[in-house]
Amino acid sequence: MAAVKRPPLPVILVASDLLEGDVVFATSNGWTRNPREALVARDDGAAQALEVLGATAFLRAKVVGPYLVDVELDAEGLPVPRHYREILRTLGPSVRPDVGKQADFQI
Amino acid sequence: MYRYDQFDERLVRERVAQFASQVERRIAGALTEEEFLPLRLKNGLYLQLHSYMLRIAVPYGSLRARQLRQLARIADEYDRGYGHFTTRTNLQFHWAKLKDVPTVLGLLADVEMHCIQTSGNCVRNVTADHFAGVAYDEIEDPRPVAELIRQWSSLHPEFEWLGRKFKIAVAGAAHDRAVIKSHDLGVRIVRDGKTGEAGYEILVGGGLGRTPMAGQTLREFLPREDLLAYIEAALRVYNLDGRRDNKFKARIKILVHETGIEAFRAEVEKEFARIDKTKANGDPAELARIAAYFTSPPYESLPEVSRKLEEAQAKDVELSRFVEHNLFRHKRKGYTALTISLKPIGGTPGDISSDQMRAVADLAEQYSFDELRVSHAQNLILPYVRLDDVPEIFARLKAHDLATPNVGLITDIISCPGLDYCALATARSIPVAQALSNRFADPAKQAEIGEISIKISGCINACGHHHIGNIGILGLEKKGAESYQITIGGDPGDDYALGELLGPGLPAEKVPEAVERVVAVYLAERQSGETFIETYRRLGLAPFKSAFKEIADVAA
Repeated sequence: MAAVKRPPLPVILVASDLLEGDVVFATSNGWTRNPREALVARDDGAAQALEVLGATAFLRAKVVGPYLVDVELDAEGLPVPRHYREILRTLGPSVRPDVGKQADFQI
Repeated sequence: MYRYDQFDERLVRERVAQFASQVERRIAGALTEEEFLPLRLKNGLYLQLHSYMLRIAVPYGSLRARQLRQLARIADEYDRGYGHFTTRTNLQFHWAKLKDVPTVLGLLADVEMHCIQTSGNCVRNVTADHFAGVAYDEIEDPRPVAELIRQWSSLHPEFEWLGRKFKIAVAGAAHDRAVIKSHDLGVRIVRDGKTGEAGYEILVGGGLGRTPMAGQTLREFLPREDLLAYIEAALRVYNLDGRRDNKFKARIKILVHETGIEAFRAEVEKEFARIDKTKANGDPAELARIAAYFTSPPYESLPEVSRKLEEAQAKDVELSRFVEHNLFRHKRKGYTALTISLKPIGGTPGDISSDQMRAVADLAEQYSFDELRVSHAQNLILPYVRLDDVPEIFARLKAHDLATPNVGLITDIISCPGLDYCALATARSIPVAQALSNRFADPAKQAEIGEISIKISGCINACGHHHIGNIGILGLEKKGAESYQITIGGDPGDDYALGELLGPGLPAEKVPEAVERVVAVYLAERQSGETFIETYRRLGLAPFKSAFKEIADVAA
């Protein structure tokens, strides 16, 4: 069996909340809107567990479009995506700092 | 303006109820995302980078004050207090919530608005010249035709599931301000050389996106009574023969290109000959009913020149600048079509706050027979303004940061939302627009440069029309970073042209400098009275390319 293609570790699981459309992140006990609370998977087993969690929430019509995003850990050990697109998803529009997660969570 | 009859009203209300039920089933898990996706798209609901986005149709860019006020209410109660006008003259709310959408659609239906066919593989919102009905150079008002096509194409059973989206524009003046050559199908009102009778030139196969192509003439002169039958024939040939194996080759432009215009025309004419015209073309009484909504408002008899305005201009340089750039020549003496720029210096092109919406609605009601327009350039227009009223309108616009005197100038930039909002984007476009706007903010500099267009897209889908900008900017991803390709020489109008690439992509911070270099070539080389595009046509790409190369080499 071919190896499952995943982004490089560590990773977090990102999706959109079905009802609100908000970007949400998987945690150890559900989902959060705050990117700093995202559960970081550091090995293949943990990454696979996140995938299962995403697929289940998708099937249960809780989230849409779950996928793994590779991150770096900042000085405080909090996850920051490596790609600029994913950074924008954790913050909100760069041209409107007054809206989105950057405003809601003062990131 | 057109008013819904009982059929329009019922159709929209039924659609709201239908979509409300689909949303309910999706939330309950009875519909999968795969099943729900095409349904929500048909109702203008996208899932974007940060949220759902709701795209509301503004048919041929026409709005009444009451409608804009309702949009302001929706912005405040169900979104984040602002909206974004697009190059298809629609309004997008960036922060919609799925659970609220049925309520929002109900509020829209209350003011004769909807989101039907603002997405999906169907005939999209029909656009027209934003100066329709008031332009000095108009042959005939394109709005009745646009409304006829809107009604005909709404939930058309044969054309609801096309191979790909289908965009139609209608122009009715000597000059094309509706960018008809960028459309799947363009309708141009023309007069027959011999009889003087008005009819239509039909163009087909235009489009931007990953494979930009200019529309070609399908029929030079179509008698007006045959319009719907002919469009039906063209769409049927496309629907049957267009490719469905590859999304990127499914637009009508590819079919026309692969078949050749002659062969495509022959197919359409063959189909047209087969169609029962009396059935397909609709009832002339219905056409007359529609046209009656677009008669001129009760104009006053006014002198050609307004002394009041002239005197106010003499005392106020800012007003004078506004008059010079934001007023368009009206067909009626003493009146003007006044453009409200949604391009404040350093702002987001096309964005408007709920307070600004209410301010503009008040102005439309008080000074423009309750009507306003949205242009594909992402600005608003008060189409029936007395020249005498311009100073007061200007003062009120200024109080709401809506009086930027830059229409048609270098800071009147078209930009898609780009990666700040859009899930398809490969790079941000708004910050590039803002940086350019700030770089060229000086009004004297803008006036010196004169007429020029910058158009920015955040991906190859080209919602920001970059191919047809005098200066076009395309945001891409290159080695994990945002990179911007610059083209020049594009033209959306009568001398339609696609821009040519200047060189390799640049990082965002180098774009303003590169544009400045390109503009400097024009300023140094232009002959008396020449616009940027005219100088480019005379000189060709070479001098601009070498000026660009200096920047590109440093950036490399």
